Amino acid sequence: MKRVAAIGLIFLILISLMAVFAPLITRYSYDEQNISEKLQGPSTTHWMGTDTLGRDLYSRIVYGARMSLSVGVVTALFALVLGTLTGALAGFFGGWADRLLMSVVDLFYIFPSLLMAILLMILFGRGFLGIFLALGLFAWVTQARLVRGQVLQAREMAYVESARALGVGSMAIIFKHILPNLWGPIIVSLTFQVPSNIMAESFLSFIGLGLQPPYSSWGTLASEGFRAMQSFPHLIIFPGGILFLTMLAFNYVGDGLRDQLTEPGSHSSTRDSSEG
Amino acid sequence: MVPYLLRRLVWAVPTLFLLLTLTFFFLRMAPGGPYDGERALTPEIRANIMKKYGLDQPVYVQFGRWLVKVGQGDLDESSQYLGRSVTSIVADSLPTSMLLGFWSLVLAVAIGIPLGCLAAHARFTGRHTWLDFGAMFIAISGVSLPSYLVASVLVLVFSLQLGWLPPALWEGPSSMILPVLTLGSRPLAIIARLTRASMLESLNSDYIRTAYAKGLSDQMVVFKHALKNSLIPVITVVGPIATNLVTGSFLVEMVFQIPGMGKHFVTAVINRDYNLVMGVTLIYGVLLTISHLLTDVFYAWADPRIRLH
Repeated sequence: MKRVAAIGLIFLILISLMAVFAPLITRYSYDEQNISEKLQGPSTTHWMGTDTLGRDLYSRIVYGARMSLSVGVVTALFALVLGTLTGALAGFFGGWADRLLMSVVDLFYIFPSLLMAILLMILFGRGFLGIFLALGLFAWVTQARLVRGQVLQAREMAYVESARALGVGSMAIIFKHILPNLWGPIIVSLTFQVPSNIMAESFLSFIGLGLQPPYSSWGTLASEGFRAMQSFPHLIIFPGGILFLTMLAFNYVGDGLRDQLTEPGSHSSTRDSSEG
Repeated sequence: MVPYLLRRLVWAVPTLFLLLTLTFFFLRMAPGGPYDGERALTPEIRANIMKKYGLDQPVYVQFGRWLVKVGQGDLDESSQYLGRSVTSIVADSLPTSMLLGFWSLVLAVAIGIPLGCLAAHARFTGRHTWLDFGAMFIAISGVSLPSYLVASVLVLVFSLQLGWLPPALWEGPSSMILPVLTLGSRPLAIIARLTRASMLESLNSDYIRTAYAKGLSDQMVVFKHALKNSLIPVITVVGPIATNLVTGSFLVEMVFQIPGMGKHFVTAVINRDYNLVMGVTLIYGVLLTISHLLTDVFYAWADPRIRLH
């Protein structure tokens, strides 16, 4: 298992580098149209073929990585901050603060997140910000529940007791003592959060509610590819395939990290917000 | 347990209300309306239409009217399917989505549990570890595969290449196979992983060692002793999975052109078919509430150590 996790990590690093240095490793721009070369299969000039407008699919996938990965990471970080704060405060203070915060969390948790995201997309518009808000508004609750559970346990530990006996304030105990101790489970949940957001974004894009052309994410590419699938299967196989490999890598890395960073038996089931 | 359930039911009402309120206001706040088609209407016609459907009123008045109608059991008319009531559309599409979800769940349980057992047993005995790796690869692939890719590959192979199964629509059992495989692959993977983890925990416990010590056969130990205890966590995820299957089937329904609730929800949102979106949301909300309740009840029933209060 560990070797697979390492391979997954290398793959993720490569994909990230690919996204960062997109202009350096592509011969064409993502929106460069060349009608005379449309719908070609993979060749030496176009490694993954061309789409219906003659755009180079490889370039579009490389640039698409930028959108897909940044949606995944930004949304996950947003969820991390908001969820950790809410969960930590609720878990540490308990009482009415806990009840109040957790009823908000439960409310968001019960709502069908992807359906609400579909609704929010038409409200916020089909841009980067729209996607980010539509997914982020629901992604943080999983994190909040996880952190609350962990803080509830940590609250009873001896080191918290000692800190309190030394007169350390509540906020300092939370941020300086408890949260640094919880980085393991938090990192693990992040490695599951990122792919689930990437997947959710690709679903939104696939049904036509994602980014607008000429921008592309892996989901919009798959959506375009699906319509031409019968004659030109490469148009869906390549973007779908790269998304699959990325998800696979995240999952193996996540599993590997979980085995390393968290105690056995504390396997918290990560919620699948990426149904569909 | 009964007071707990009653309290949950009482809580479900404001939750459902909030879901509906948010949906209603989000929809109206979004740019565009149900009658903003490609053809621009003359201002008089537009004003008449708005008046006829009450869309010229303030949003809260519209919401109040909608609530009153729903209270009378009327979900109003759809705007994209002229002259059809939302009730009849929902009545047509809900069974389709339920059937799709049901068979996907059956597939996921029927294959996921044995697969998880097999993997756990292989890992536990140390024989055939490739079996464990293989089963887990299938399981991780299942959660990693975007469903449109699964659908595409299935359609490419079984419909377009081999010509065995129809590539779309929902007419008869043969057209159900590919959508069910697509929708079921993810829960199958989740169940297989969970069964394996839970089974491994059981296999490492004392009563299993006792069972082996008594000289019971491998199959007997795995299937009669270990499986029974390992199934509790698995059963408890079936509820959430079932909910996910119903509310999450929209992508599969879009890809295969299945006239289910999910497809209606998406097209209704895009076409701003206000009433249809609200109707489908209401049904989803009720289904979600019921499923959360059932999961809790089942949890308490399966594991007596859990007390609901």
